[in-house]
Amino acid sequence: MGDMEQQVEIVIKPGMGALHYWRDLWRYRELFFFLAWRDILVRYKQTAIGIAWGVLRPLLTMIVFTVVFGKLAKLPSNGVPYAIMVFTAMLPWQFFANSLTESSNSLIDNANLLTKVYFPRLIVPAGSVIVGLVDFFISLVILFAIMAWYRFVPDIRMLLLPLFLSLAFMASFGAGLWLSALNVKYRDFRYVVPFLVQFGLYISPVGFSTAIVPEKWRMLYFLNPMVGVIDGFRWAVLGDAFPVNWPGFSLSCLLVLVVFVGGLLYFRRMERSFADVV
Amino acid sequence: MSSVITVENLGKKYLLKHQSGQQPYVALRDVLSEGVRTLGSRLFGRSTLVSRSDEQEEFWALRDVSFEVKQGDRVGIIGRNGAGKSTLLKILSRITEPTTGSVRIKGRVASLLEVGTGFHPELTGRENIYLNGAILGMSRAEIKKKFDEIVDFAEIEKFLDTPVKRYSSGMYVRLAFAVAAHLEPEILVVDEVLAVGDVQFQKKCLGRMEEVGREGRTVFFVSHNMDSIKFLCTSGMLLNGGQNIYSGNINEVVGKYESLLTANIIIATNKDGVIYQNDSVNASEFDIIEVAVRDRKDNPIAIVRTFDSFKFRIKFNSPVASESKSAALFLCTFNGSPLLRLAMHPYSSFKLKCNKGVNEFVCTVEKIPLPAGTYLLIFGICESQTGEWLIEKDLCSFEISTSDIYNCGRPPTSKLSAAVSDFYWESV
Repeated sequence: MGDMEQQVEIVIKPGMGALHYWRDLWRYRELFFFLAWRDILVRYKQTAIGIAWGVLRPLLTMIVFTVVFGKLAKLPSNGVPYAIMVFTAMLPWQFFANSLTESSNSLIDNANLLTKVYFPRLIVPAGSVIVGLVDFFISLVILFAIMAWYRFVPDIRMLLLPLFLSLAFMASFGAGLWLSALNVKYRDFRYVVPFLVQFGLYISPVGFSTAIVPEKWRMLYFLNPMVGVIDGFRWAVLGDAFPVNWPGFSLSCLLVLVVFVGGLLYFRRMERSFADVV
Repeated sequence: MSSVITVENLGKKYLLKHQSGQQPYVALRDVLSEGVRTLGSRLFGRSTLVSRSDEQEEFWALRDVSFEVKQGDRVGIIGRNGAGKSTLLKILSRITEPTTGSVRIKGRVASLLEVGTGFHPELTGRENIYLNGAILGMSRAEIKKKFDEIVDFAEIEKFLDTPVKRYSSGMYVRLAFAVAAHLEPEILVVDEVLAVGDVQFQKKCLGRMEEVGREGRTVFFVSHNMDSIKFLCTSGMLLNGGQNIYSGNINEVVGKYESLLTANIIIATNKDGVIYQNDSVNASEFDIIEVAVRDRKDNPIAIVRTFDSFKFRIKFNSPVASESKSAALFLCTFNGSPLLRLAMHPYSSFKLKCNKGVNEFVCTVEKIPLPAGTYLLIFGICESQTGEWLIEKDLCSFEISTSDIYNCGRPPTSKLSAAVSDFYWESV
């Protein structure tokens, strides 16, 4: 290893930061795992109730939604227990919301690292999304528990879940990149994030199914990338009761891609000034 | 031997924004309201608005710096505060990009700009070794291999599984330095990190770093401590105002630096006892304007002797009215060892009420416990809450003349004793 490394010549010039970026990203993969590992460790050490917190939040939200939308408003759930329908959507939504909140603050929280050592900055918000992923898997276990409670058996389509999970990952990471970079530049942006997350919960089909949105607004509704992600999850977990509107789904996917690539480009453009600004 | 580092015409420019109160980031709120106002004035055809962009000022932290470093060189970078040393190190370690010029580096660079970068107080010593190692650029396998050595060096075996928030500050520093000391890069960049920790451990670190140099690694070292620079480095570079004004043998460079500082001396025989004067004060920054020495009755004095009581009369400029700032004077040796820290916070109950513009305060020193010698006077203003320095400036040399305080015909000097005190001996 030593011999190979010795040959490396680094050239530092104005605007040259991008030259070996992707190679560097690969070289710093261990740091990425370490930072994600640190965040996970700290998260579960710090909070007194630890994992319980990750379990309680989605569970309580699910109960409230089931009571309000299912029992009081009597919205349809296509024959599936309302709790399962809500919780299936809770999974990608919580993942998205947590990743967004965590990654938008990640650069500022790690300001001391940014000003003291070099590494591809992309690692920092990416690490936050990984922490969100851990919460996701905890919630997934709860979902299985709820399914067992209702004796609900999913079919083979469940195996496609990783596919939709990667879509959720791209949406979360893309939006996280935007917010983290904007947060460094505009320091009051963090006040916008909680609002964004709360607002998003209401305009996404978490507490209800997409089917209750009137037909003529449906395509417009799919402009929210999370609609596609959530519908995909429901289709994979709950089966034919929740058919996917494929044109709408494709539109959502396209938007996820736009957010992701746009976020990547914007982040890369802002990145070189982070150390001077943060 | 071939050069491992080639630096050509390196420059780094910062933009100082005066409007937004020194902060480099902007508030979205301001951007939006600005946008609305410009839109409004355009709609109504009024052009009462003056563009804010001309209030940016350019500042070159580094300018036209060129040098070459050969493999195995140990280079000390010397200069006053604000001379551009940190900026240079930041560019070399790729934290920030230069504005002009280029740097070519052959080999792996590890930079140590702070002790314990990325240490997390909630994690245990063991966990932090891995984390910090990874941050400094070690691979997992490398850390694993050196783990026992690191623990030995830090002398913390017993506390390996204790969260570092329970560590004493000494243990914390030892652990952090131990990780850094086991890096094996071709090029090591070190900022003043040895200023912490006890003397014995500092010596151990210096020894370890000297070994690193002997193994053929290239070392960059920034410090205010001339002793450790001389001990560690073979060659040196003197930065002043962002420019490389002298490079060569380390002893020569240190000599140049000392003469640069003493050149600032204004013999206190001028009227009002002024020892330091700054003619180019920027009204939009914290900056020192003048320091004068007076006796108790406020008469200017020309000399200060050991055990004299006197006053520093300080004038400084503040860009804002504030009650959250705190000021301090320091007297140090030219090696950078602090001797007297005359800080408002937390030592004195005095609360600084800063007005916008010129402020004037007096610091009275009772029986100064320093022997005859030449000292470095430093002035600083910080946030009282966080201790973050807003300005810290080496002002001038400060001379203390001999006084036969022990009535024995041999007044104490700084060569024999760093401080003086009243004392007596007796048999029991």
